[in-house]
Amino acid sequence: MTIETVKLTSKDFSSDQEVRWCPGCGDYSILKQVQTVLPDLGRPKEEFVFISGIGCSSRFPYYMDTFGMHSIHGRATAIATGLKSTRPDLSVWVITGDGDSMSIGGNHFIHMLRRNPDLNVLLFNNQIYGLTKGQYSPTSEQGKVTKSTPMGSLDYPFNPIALCLGADATFVARTMDRDPKHQQAVIKRGYEHKGTSLIEIYQNCNVFNDGAFEIFTEKGSKKQQTLIMEHGKPLIFGENAQLGIKLDGFKPMVVNLADVSVDDLWIHDETDLVKATILSRFYDDPSVEGHFPRPFGVFYLNNNKMPFDELFNNQINNAIESYGAGDLDKLIAGRETWVVN
Amino acid sequence: MSTTDTTLESVVIRFAGDSGDGMQLTGTQFTNAAALFGNDLATFPDFPAEIRAPIGTLAGVSGYQIHFGSTKINTPGDESDVLVAMNVAALKANIKNLKKGGVIIVNTDGFDAKNMRLANVPEDKNPLKDGSLEGYDVKEIDVTKITRAALADSGLGTKEIDRCKNMFVLGLLYWMYHRPIENTVEFISSKFKKNQAVADANIKVLQAGWSYGETTEMFAQRYNVEPAKMEAGIYRSIMGNQATAYGLIAASVKSTLPLFYGTYPITPASDVLHELSKYKNFNIKTFQAEDEIAGICSAIGAAFGGHLAITGSSGPGIALKTEAIGLATMLELPLVIVNVQRAGPSTGLPTKTEQSDLLQAYYGRNGECPVIVLAAQSPSDCFALAYEACRIALEHMIPVFFLSDGYIANGAEPWKFPKTADLQPISVEFAKERKSSDDKFMPYLRDEKLSRPWALPGTAGLEHRIGGLEKQNITGNISYDADNHELMVKLRQEKVDLVANYIPEQTIDNGAESGDLLILGWGGTYGALKTATAQLIEEGYKVSHAHVRYMSPFPKNLGELMSKFKTVVVPELNNGQLVKIIRDKYFVDAIPYNKIQGQPFMSHEVVNKIKEILV
Repeated sequence: MTIETVKLTSKDFSSDQEVRWCPGCGDYSILKQVQTVLPDLGRPKEEFVFISGIGCSSRFPYYMDTFGMHSIHGRATAIATGLKSTRPDLSVWVITGDGDSMSIGGNHFIHMLRRNPDLNVLLFNNQIYGLTKGQYSPTSEQGKVTKSTPMGSLDYPFNPIALCLGADATFVARTMDRDPKHQQAVIKRGYEHKGTSLIEIYQNCNVFNDGAFEIFTEKGSKKQQTLIMEHGKPLIFGENAQLGIKLDGFKPMVVNLADVSVDDLWIHDETDLVKATILSRFYDDPSVEGHFPRPFGVFYLNNNKMPFDELFNNQINNAIESYGAGDLDKLIAGRETWVVN
Repeated sequence: MSTTDTTLESVVIRFAGDSGDGMQLTGTQFTNAAALFGNDLATFPDFPAEIRAPIGTLAGVSGYQIHFGSTKINTPGDESDVLVAMNVAALKANIKNLKKGGVIIVNTDGFDAKNMRLANVPEDKNPLKDGSLEGYDVKEIDVTKITRAALADSGLGTKEIDRCKNMFVLGLLYWMYHRPIENTVEFISSKFKKNQAVADANIKVLQAGWSYGETTEMFAQRYNVEPAKMEAGIYRSIMGNQATAYGLIAASVKSTLPLFYGTYPITPASDVLHELSKYKNFNIKTFQAEDEIAGICSAIGAAFGGHLAITGSSGPGIALKTEAIGLATMLELPLVIVNVQRAGPSTGLPTKTEQSDLLQAYYGRNGECPVIVLAAQSPSDCFALAYEACRIALEHMIPVFFLSDGYIANGAEPWKFPKTADLQPISVEFAKERKSSDDKFMPYLRDEKLSRPWALPGTAGLEHRIGGLEKQNITGNISYDADNHELMVKLRQEKVDLVANYIPEQTIDNGAESGDLLILGWGGTYGALKTATAQLIEEGYKVSHAHVRYMSPFPKNLGELMSKFKTVVVPELNNGQLVKIIRDKYFVDAIPYNKIQGQPFMSHEVVNKIKEILV
């Protein structure tokens, strides 16, 4: 007998359904990167399940030739938690947006993170409601003029990375639609993490919020405005890699490498929650003078928190081991019975 | 001293006290003793929503009523023969349902100035002194004082000592009704096995209560209530929520599917979670979610993965699950939704019973969204119907509502429990693996029951997508086609209707197959309607009683069964819900009879109402 191993390709992960996002939407890139990464994971495709909520991004499962569920608004995280807990053998992915995860699904989102089931969550953040045609979202900047806020939005936005760290997430990363290589690398790392992997993806909605992340994604400004974090390496950025981040106690500062030695820079340590928290606050408006660059890559990684699905099934196995498999007749009869003749 | 023994056919005792007085535990222990003795019985725990309502107040009164006898017992009894009142508030709240001439056992310590004030009873109106209890057989005992005396050397504090008071009353009643104390002694020993001093104290006071009856001259009467002549077999005592949990577990074992229960704590459904969570060694997986929505959504995830998936709640919790029930209907996955109904709307009366969620189960979702609805009629029937709910959900790939209510959920009765080998088999078949050379998998291809294949993630060749958007029939692809939508709506309805071919026909519970009047009931009113019907028949009325358990779809013969009666009356603990559906579906001019007080029907109320209608 020979074991037949067929190498899967990205085509194997494309369903026969026509992709129907607006031309130019950032979602296309994310779909492509996921379909590129999956064949390399060495896993049969029937073991992948994609679960989404509602929103433009949530159409994603229909385009993947895997198992999938396009569920209801905000609840994909809860459905995925139920599926992963009962079927730990599967690779379960959640596709969600900023509105789906942090507005209507905010409760399930934070509770998923604290429980830490082994899920891969791709959070498409476009800072707008696209499917309902352009209302502000919980990540839209304050003052945003939209159909529902003609005089500007009043809400202060969420900082998604800070929110996730606050909920004790064990893998928190950020990437962008316009950088396929970075995206693929982060998605792969998320997959490898045991526990909930939360990947925020800056995704351009070219119809209702075009250019929201332009400053981070376009050639002219990208190097100056973004900070690519790599574990064990100094935090360096800038057009000519001339700038770095230095920590003075808990206070970060931007320094010029002409003045400061690379050895004195902040060395990125993914496992350091305090430092990850500081990095998560590099969230300034890029138009403000003296702002920090926006970090991309893995902010935080914690391998010491056992995933919920493992705890959940261990408890069942321990119970069976300790008490033996249940005897239904005995259970139904209970402790005290009497006979009527 | 000498006592006389009298044999009684049945007795109703109501234990009433402060919610911290342990009346529920006292009642449950007495129930077990009566059950083990072989009496038939029915119980009615009636307690406030507050865990510790202000001590001594009317709001804080907790009651437990048990009706036990040597004859068939269907209800906890309209009136009590014996009232145990631990304080003046308990007496005030319960005296109206005590039989004229009934026995009142009072703890006199609960009638002091402070308790009078807390119960809003004026100082000069102490019922023990103002003659208002004339005509009752009042036994005044300072239970607090005796308990403290008995435990003077126990080394326990006053608070702990006072907590043993209920055991004195229980011991005394065991003596009055010739019940052995051994089972309760065993129960106390096991409950307080980590605190020997407390266990000893409770047992000592229990014995003191017994001896008090034996030695004082206050009680000249003891009573025998012989075992009931019940159908031969092995029995146990069972409460509704417990039976629900067992029914679900049984379905898991018989279908060989692991059970997943996704839920959120809520009164009175929580006990189903508590019960299920004890049996992890049965591969029972309970998940206390962050909210009601996550409770049902996690269950939908588990159903997708091939588990027997169940969610449970009450009242407002069910309202929150509504959208996800719609999703499950679109996904056509098996899902059981347990609703232990309570009085509503909104928070309503959380600890009180009502049957007011039938229309919600039928219609309470957006769009055309029919589901299966079953309703249990008694505590032990919860087992049978919870099992049925799972069977239908799994065999028909459909969401099923299982309705219970606060009254049967907390009530207890003797149960001639089944052998698991005798339970109807549940057959589940998952879609099989496919090779790439096979035809494309069609997730919405239907069988003769119109149910679709259950295709589990992890099965090669079955990759497919499902979701809340309208599906094209057979392929399951998203479809906005006008005719397809109409077809799918009709198919989902027909799928529900077809279940009628797989359930038993409606039977008449008592009475002839035709007559002047049919009492058509459903749910937890069964006992009261059964008792009322028996009395009406005995008095010569041509009345019959049918109790519906399969609410949607109805049994196929229900219309014909009703047509044999001149009048159909539908008594319900709501503002008229089943009656609306009956009138709509069968064009029968059924008469509603409604009670909306958070309390069950009393059988005499039903008797009077039926007589009024028949005039």
